Amino acid sequence: MNRLIVSPSPHIHSGDSVKKSMYGVIIALMPALAASLWYFGLGALIVTLTAIAACMFFEFVIQKYLLKTTTSITDGSAAVTGLLLAFNLPSNLPIGIIIVGAAVAIGIGKMSFGGLGKNPFNPALVGRVFLLISFPVQMTSWPLPIVSASSYLDASTGATPLSMLREGLAMGKTAPEIMSQFPSYIDFLVGNRGGSAGEMAGIALVLGLAFMLYRKIITWHIPVAVLGSIYIFTGILNLSNPLEFAPPIFHLLTGGVLLGAIYMATDYASSPMSKNGMLLYGVGIGVITVLIRVYGAYPEGISFAILIMNAFTPLIDKYIKPKRFGEQVAKQ
Amino acid sequence: MLKTFSIGGIHPAENKISAASAIEALPVPAMVSVPISQHIGAPSEPLVKKGDAVKVGQVIAKSSGFVSTNIHSPVSGVVDKIDDVLDASGYKRKALVIKTEGDDWDESIDRSPNLVRNISLSSEEIIKKIGEAGIVGLGGATFPAHVKLSPPPGKKCDILIINGVECEPYLTSDHRLMLEKGEEILVGTTILMKALKVDKAVIGIENNKKDAIEHLKNLATAYDGISIQPLKVQYPQGGEKQLIDACIKRQVPSGKLPIEVGAVVQNVGTAFAVYEAVQKNKPLFERVVTVTGVSLKKPSNFLVRIGTPIATLIEAAGGLPDDTAKIVGGGPMMGKALSSAEVPVTKGSSGILLLPAEKTSRKPVENCIRCSKCVSVCPMGLSPYLLMSLAQKAIWDRAEEEKIMDCIECGSCSFTCPSSRPLLDYIRLGKAKVGQIMRTRTK
Repeated sequence: MNRLIVSPSPHIHSGDSVKKSMYGVIIALMPALAASLWYFGLGALIVTLTAIAACMFFEFVIQKYLLKTTTSITDGSAAVTGLLLAFNLPSNLPIGIIIVGAAVAIGIGKMSFGGLGKNPFNPALVGRVFLLISFPVQMTSWPLPIVSASSYLDASTGATPLSMLREGLAMGKTAPEIMSQFPSYIDFLVGNRGGSAGEMAGIALVLGLAFMLYRKIITWHIPVAVLGSIYIFTGILNLSNPLEFAPPIFHLLTGGVLLGAIYMATDYASSPMSKNGMLLYGVGIGVITVLIRVYGAYPEGISFAILIMNAFTPLIDKYIKPKRFGEQVAKQ
Repeated sequence: MLKTFSIGGIHPAENKISAASAIEALPVPAMVSVPISQHIGAPSEPLVKKGDAVKVGQVIAKSSGFVSTNIHSPVSGVVDKIDDVLDASGYKRKALVIKTEGDDWDESIDRSPNLVRNISLSSEEIIKKIGEAGIVGLGGATFPAHVKLSPPPGKKCDILIINGVECEPYLTSDHRLMLEKGEEILVGTTILMKALKVDKAVIGIENNKKDAIEHLKNLATAYDGISIQPLKVQYPQGGEKQLIDACIKRQVPSGKLPIEVGAVVQNVGTAFAVYEAVQKNKPLFERVVTVTGVSLKKPSNFLVRIGTPIATLIEAAGGLPDDTAKIVGGGPMMGKALSSAEVPVTKGSSGILLLPAEKTSRKPVENCIRCSKCVSVCPMGLSPYLLMSLAQKAIWDRAEEEKIMDCIECGSCSFTCPSSRPLLDYIRLGKAKVGQIMRTRTK
């Protein structure tokens, strides 16, 4: 007679794992990576590989030599952080700065709070914002797509549509005047404009979203709430004064909105657990993003918006509970 | 769009490998061990002693309270001993061990195969009869059936729901019963409707049993007030609260029973047992048990006498496969892992599932990554991740506020967790503790 296992139910498991979720996110990011390589070539390749390698390296070193625990770099989460960090950087950023960003993302953003699942803020954004504040010049010079595909540090740079809009408005031009200088929305959608490596091709990012929804890695709530609230808020502003405010579709397709809404705001550890909580959190991100873009000092605001709402996640989880069974009847 | 319940749920691989095996009656075993506690409620009191001769269907232990029931001898023979026997709970508990001699049935039992449609008993007589026949919820909950049929004063039932969902993967005993004993189930349903004084009944069946849905739909045209409700395949639809929600869109409030929303739920197996008890005067001493597993030679559905050691069933299904790592009494989601194959079949045994190690071994526990999948799948709308950490940290008052007692222990959270965290293990622990605290408070 065999030795029998006696343990409580359930006796079967879905087979889902942390690894599967993380590699799913990496697969979902592949179209966007391909687009960034197409537009920024060499620079994008160097930035992406450096960021991933540095994130995995710091996680390994911290776990092995500082915490003296088992290492988990193969679970894919450090690679996801590296990839997302790279997507938020200009493709002509020097290697040294990228490594500093990775050290902050993994060391402070993730490991100092206890590692996987314990980080209150999105680690990649912690790294990105640290670099933005510390190296403002390097972090806001964006290489031009295609023409700079074969260059790295010496890439010719230009302003992003968002900063052009901000400067144009400051010089007294009207929004439609400035908009007329931009490439078409189709170009925005396929990524033919200045920006960071991963925010280029809206269509590639949306493709990744479809994959993650299909594989049930994330649900629609956060992306839809972020994008929907940005659309509605900027739509109202645009209707109230079309000369001063850009149309909503411009706001959705520029800057890191799609990248942020789909991949950064949905970071498991730093976003709420209940569906209603996710919606509130998403709307918060959308509203803060628009406030920063329209009234704040920075041309782009989604990174800050996500970090601010990350800080509200514990509060949201405390007060917004999932819809409980039997509640409606009880209220009648 | 097929109907289903409104919150959470999962869809594990169905694995209904024994669905095509017709019900086969196993030979009467040489020896049976009949535990006196096979139902929820007070254990029955033995009426026989060592050396007494018994007949099939004779009462051998009587109900010891309102929530309790009679137990009947599944074989004819002599009481060998009254002893502590290992049962599905993993503990040794009192059981009547009977040595079989022949197969001599009590004369009052109608053993003819004729279908009896005409119901002669009154509502009160039916409930009394069901109580005497020792019928309990055969879906696995084993709650005495007559108790559910006697709503407390002031509560009114307006609909009967028959549970033909069989949402547990692997299990097929209810499916086979619906295919082979459809008429009997419908008469049984009519009897239950009469007992409850309702004119409506819904039989909920998941859409992976299309043949049973068609079959019962055809038969039901001849029965007043009974409708068949096909349901989307979604676990745990067989849970009472989920089934009521799925069929009639009423949600039972927290801490209340189905009668609160005017519904009573009974399993199809119970409806069949009610038919046999009321129309054929046959008490509950045998039932259909699925014996299944991917490595098993002959996955089967057996009609077996209560008290038969499950080893006998496994033998009849081709013998214990070498790779068996776990024997589960019931389905893989809510069944109990058995510590021995000598455990007897009881009234609540819906299946025996043999799982190889690779299907059932737990993976190493990882950090919670806050993916919120446990929250999404919980059919009660709870936050399993939170309940687990509250139980780990022994914060019982918050666990109670977070409705830990609403948990139906379906296991969807543990099943889904990518980090393989033992969510339900800790929630169970929390429920036990919080339940204890709540009871001392009401005293």
